[in-house]
Amino acid sequence: MTAEPLTEPTAGPLQATSPTFVGMPKFPYAARTALGNTQQRRNLAHATGVIRAKRAKVVAEIDRWEELRQAGADAKDELLGHMAAYLEQLETNLTKGGATVHWARDAAEANRIVVDLVKGTGATEVVKVKSMATQEIELNEALEAEGINAWETDLAELIVQFGHDRPSHILVPAIHRNRSEIREIFRKEMGLVGRPAPDDLTDEPKRLAEAARLHLREKFMRATVAISGANFAVAETGSLVVVESEGNGRMCLTLPDTLISVVGIEKVLPTWQDLGTFMQLLPRSSTGERMNPYTSIWSGVHEGDGPQNVHVVLIDNGRTHVLADPVGREALRCIRCSACLNTCPVYERTGGHAYGSVYPGPIGAILNPQLRGTASDVDKSLPFASTLCGACFEACPMRIDIPKLLVHLRAKVVDAKGRNTVEGRAMAAGAWAFGDAKRLARLQKASTLGGKILGNRQLPALPGAIGQWLSIRDIPELPAQTFRQWWADRERKGGAS
Amino acid sequence: MSPATSTRPKVALFATCYNDTVWPGTPIATVKVLERLGCEVVFPEAQTCCGQIFTNTGYADEAIPLVRGFVDTFGGYDYVVAPSGSCVGAIREQHHDLAERAGDAALVRRVDTVVPKVYDISEFIIDVLGVTDVGAYFPHRVTFHPTCHSIRVAHVGDRPQRLLQSVRGLTFVELPQATECCGFGGTFSVKNPDVSISMASDKARHVRETGAEVLVAGDNMCLMNIGGVLRRQRAGVRIMHLAEILASTEEDPA
Repeated sequence: MTAEPLTEPTAGPLQATSPTFVGMPKFPYAARTALGNTQQRRNLAHATGVIRAKRAKVVAEIDRWEELRQAGADAKDELLGHMAAYLEQLETNLTKGGATVHWARDAAEANRIVVDLVKGTGATEVVKVKSMATQEIELNEALEAEGINAWETDLAELIVQFGHDRPSHILVPAIHRNRSEIREIFRKEMGLVGRPAPDDLTDEPKRLAEAARLHLREKFMRATVAISGANFAVAETGSLVVVESEGNGRMCLTLPDTLISVVGIEKVLPTWQDLGTFMQLLPRSSTGERMNPYTSIWSGVHEGDGPQNVHVVLIDNGRTHVLADPVGREALRCIRCSACLNTCPVYERTGGHAYGSVYPGPIGAILNPQLRGTASDVDKSLPFASTLCGACFEACPMRIDIPKLLVHLRAKVVDAKGRNTVEGRAMAAGAWAFGDAKRLARLQKASTLGGKILGNRQLPALPGAIGQWLSIRDIPELPAQTFRQWWADRERKGGAS
Repeated sequence: MSPATSTRPKVALFATCYNDTVWPGTPIATVKVLERLGCEVVFPEAQTCCGQIFTNTGYADEAIPLVRGFVDTFGGYDYVVAPSGSCVGAIREQHHDLAERAGDAALVRRVDTVVPKVYDISEFIIDVLGVTDVGAYFPHRVTFHPTCHSIRVAHVGDRPQRLLQSVRGLTFVELPQATECCGFGGTFSVKNPDVSISMASDKARHVRETGAEVLVAGDNMCLMNIGGVLRRQRAGVRIMHLAEILASTEEDPA
């Protein structure tokens, strides 16, 4: 397969913004609201700090971490360079194993396929394994619209679902909640849809988990249909892989008769061997564990063992649009580990909701404007929602150069918007000033004059962005002489002392 | 031009646009310390800006003439030294891509020739001159913010700390959560003012926790951000660039 020539794909359709996120404000506005939520700030700083420290510890144990990262990136690049061929290989091997493969161009198609499959079984409820793909297409909402209850079984997803909330993190979607908030949510909501939380429920993690376990057990035992995503889909063997911590995934993947897995086309791994690389990279980067507690691998249907009706829905939903950009496609290497979120100083303060997508944080800032384009306010602002500090790139197990992609997307936003803006004119003026050193030297005379006049006084209160900048910071005093002038003086006086 | 003709390394100083205009003390200190260490320093007057502000704001096309200007100005030197991990990082990480964006193969080649000769001052002193103790004297309690672009783009590592720890009289105090960004990020601090302020406040708090008299970094823009908050707080913490500490001596204290 590697011998096949690399062809540049044509851009596929963009992803439509899912209903929940239509009309999201620009990141800076949403961020302001989030920054004001003191409880959330505290919860986030604590949780990201704990995961960061755990990750750092287990990554440091591996001498050849950089080689592992490179191997992971290479495997994904091999896929991205030959996407069509590997997808066909995956389909062939899945089908050979007894699964039925469905192809969905977008969220609407994917939801239609899943709803029809569930309806075909006669079920009115499904149990779900935590899945970003189904969050992305808002499958739960689509099922509910057809009278089918979708029960999230991952503890954090359950908290989000009961809280009528949105996930704010890829791995730990309820990261913005603390124990006492969770207790309140359980007490209020559990009884409405099944076994209620015990009256004496405390906010001890053990008690909360026990309440969720008892509540979910009824649903696991009753369910005839499960819906999952997949962390990996191995083309060579037609195997799907789910990596999880709680065992809820194992329940969903083995108990019900029908299993429907919704999988983004970038989840494919070319070979079985590749899985070894990714199983070392993912848990360490994600939960900061050497190994995750539950890894389930299934390859088609096996008589008398596990689901007898296995369906795999492969979704594009904007991914081939990303693939067509030779620079931007690097974002499709992402394995949704969340290391970039946990290390990002911006995410740590704003949380995930401000990013206007199920993909928040640095990866969201490069993925959403590529999947959905940059027409909406939020998508236009996301490439700028970063200081380019580079902590995300350093943490990314797939070596996605997030800062480079952010800069690449910033240029795309500016090129699309045009340069006839206040910023565009300021940039043009700056480029003109820096275009010639003699011109710059003349302009610097104005700056040194300003320095002489202002002395150590601060500017008066100014409106707008600059005013806000100055509202918390003193500005440096402008010098009476630039370096260029100092150097010229020294040269006149005979150079180096 | 070749170092073979002279035992004194000839160094072209890239002062950087903002140091030249706003913080001339930093390139002046760079000249002093390099000359003290036996270098011949020249200042090619055609220099202006590395273009990073344009590139990082999305104005890549505006940065391309500055890439041309940079290779025109510095193409003939063996060593180009700048007192800024950020500008050095931008030259290393962005100039090649910008030249490719321009579709100019000759420019790409010239960039690729110049880039390996560009050093942050801490790299040049330790790697090229082979010196860690630069003979400086600075009897103060100092903490150090390793700026993001210095460590994650230019990859200067712990060179600045090694230089500082060799300064006579200097007491070095570790900065808590040192590698976390100060929230400046160029136009980020204007476009996302609330997040920026939240980050800058935390950084300033950590600086105050150290009890240091002086906050040092290898990039003045980050120092403007953190220092702007500290000054507004009247925190009594002095802000200095690494080069200014290294230039300080008993005879000529900073």
